Amino acid sequence: MQNLDLVIEASGLEKSFSGRAAVCGINLRVPRSGCFGLLGPNGAGKTTTLRMVLGQCRLSGGELRVLGQPMPAAKKSVRARIGVVPQLDNLDPDFTVLENLFVYAAYFGLRRAQVAQRARELLALVELSDRAGTRIGELSGGMKRRLSIARSLINDPEVLILDEPTTGLDPQVRHLIWTRLRGLKREGKTLILTTHYMEEAERLCDRIVIMDHGRIIAEGAPRDLIRQHSEPDVIEVQGAPAELEQRLMALDGGRVERVGETLYFHTGSARNAVALLEPVPDITYLHRPANLEDVFLKLTGRDLRE
Amino acid sequence: MSHPLYFFHGADWAVPRPAPGTFAVWRRNFLVWRKLMGPSLLFNFGEPLLYLLGLGFGLGRFVGEVEGLSYIAFLASGLLASSSMNTATFEGLYSVYTRMVPQQTYDGMLATPVDVDDIVLGEMLWCATKGLISSTAILLVAVGLGALHGWQLLLCLPAFYLTGLCFAGPALVVSSVSKSYDFFAYYVTLAITPMYIFCGVFYPTGALPAFAQSFVSLLPLTHAVALIRPLASGGVPADILLHITVLSFYALAGFYLAVVLVRRRLIQ
Repeated sequence: MQNLDLVIEASGLEKSFSGRAAVCGINLRVPRSGCFGLLGPNGAGKTTTLRMVLGQCRLSGGELRVLGQPMPAAKKSVRARIGVVPQLDNLDPDFTVLENLFVYAAYFGLRRAQVAQRARELLALVELSDRAGTRIGELSGGMKRRLSIARSLINDPEVLILDEPTTGLDPQVRHLIWTRLRGLKREGKTLILTTHYMEEAERLCDRIVIMDHGRIIAEGAPRDLIRQHSEPDVIEVQGAPAELEQRLMALDGGRVERVGETLYFHTGSARNAVALLEPVPDITYLHRPANLEDVFLKLTGRDLRE
Repeated sequence: MSHPLYFFHGADWAVPRPAPGTFAVWRRNFLVWRKLMGPSLLFNFGEPLLYLLGLGFGLGRFVGEVEGLSYIAFLASGLLASSSMNTATFEGLYSVYTRMVPQQTYDGMLATPVDVDDIVLGEMLWCATKGLISSTAILLVAVGLGALHGWQLLLCLPAFYLTGLCFAGPALVVSSVSKSYDFFAYYVTLAITPMYIFCGVFYPTGALPAFAQSFVSLLPLTHAVALIRPLASGGVPADILLHITVLSFYALAGFYLAVVLVRRRLIQ
């Protein structure tokens, strides 16, 4: 059954690479317009899922429709309507900034004359107008990523897929990118992004899915997820003796977690805990509202991933 | 890696269906070449000039005539074929591998309506175009030196292109299974260089022992030389259809195999 209000409609989607399962039968529905976040630790299956959405990898099982069309059969017409910002920049080093946009437009069957004005506007959008004639090798990491974003918009796509768009960038560039992405969202484009930065997901995404080990383990609006999976407040305590840990645990409605030297006290009544901690000497503590990162760590655990 | 059919494990054998994206791939390479046309053409013209002057005149004085041709004409018409082979081969190895692996150019293309079939065919057409350019440069040098002449030389041009396609396919196959540039040494040393030496570029294959003659008659460069040399010297190639068929077979088989292997490498 085809639903035109859905950008992605996956049921029982599976992918394994020579016997190793990367995506284990997920059901995914991404609505049109707004920003949809796909979160998860490394190896959770986010990028593989996006590759299937783009027809860049075959399905091992399940069904997938993108923009109402069956994948991977309709990959060419689907890709014509999507823009992609890849995790690793793959700009063409043999061309200048502006030429990159023209050459890429040609892959969509768009001629230089058709996109000349649009290309200039896109360079202005990502603040690279003064770099039009620069070769790719001379661009900084932030400039490359901004050019990747401009390139992904050359075909005026309905959907933009961004795979970790701000990883490794400085705060100035991240904020510029966030501003531009919000602008694109207002224009009615659908944004689908993966990220490791929880505050990025909280800022940009209307809905998120958290994946781990190839499965979807939580789904919803960031605020709802925080409400469902975490106590409202967190107090981080440094240098707390074991005796203090016991006393915190004795408080009502709290959850204590120790990670190395740090004690995380998740609670609905921070006031009592603060009253308890305030007179204790030789400790430092930080009281903050719970965030998506707390939810993420609670759901996916603190073990390191490769 | 142990299984002999490892490279084809899980391969998608669907018949390739290239689309207009093919031309966009070809054009991308052409635009890059145009930027660096100067040094590239200097190489295309300079090399054969040195070969023809040095070997054609120098060695030619001792050799005299070969198969009714002055040695410089014999050598020039052989180099016409081998140059298309070498140029298409190196483009299909080093340049294609660079775009496929370190530059990730194809990953960028695969986010657009361009697909693997278009990439492979576009690259093959480009490899053959570069072969055509380099062989045509030799042709012009040979004409300039008075070694070759006549309107019939124009008939060589499609033969250059076909020769380029014939070697582009296998080169793309090698690229698509390579883990690094070093792997190309096997193919160049075991396939390309022996053909260059033994397939009639520098002397007639008739000079080889009988068993070797029948072996080299299976190799594509032998057919490229047998097709191009008569065309370049004003004759009609004997067994012209056979030569065209063999070259086309290598081109088509190479194309199909390259599509299957590049699909496996890029879209899994």
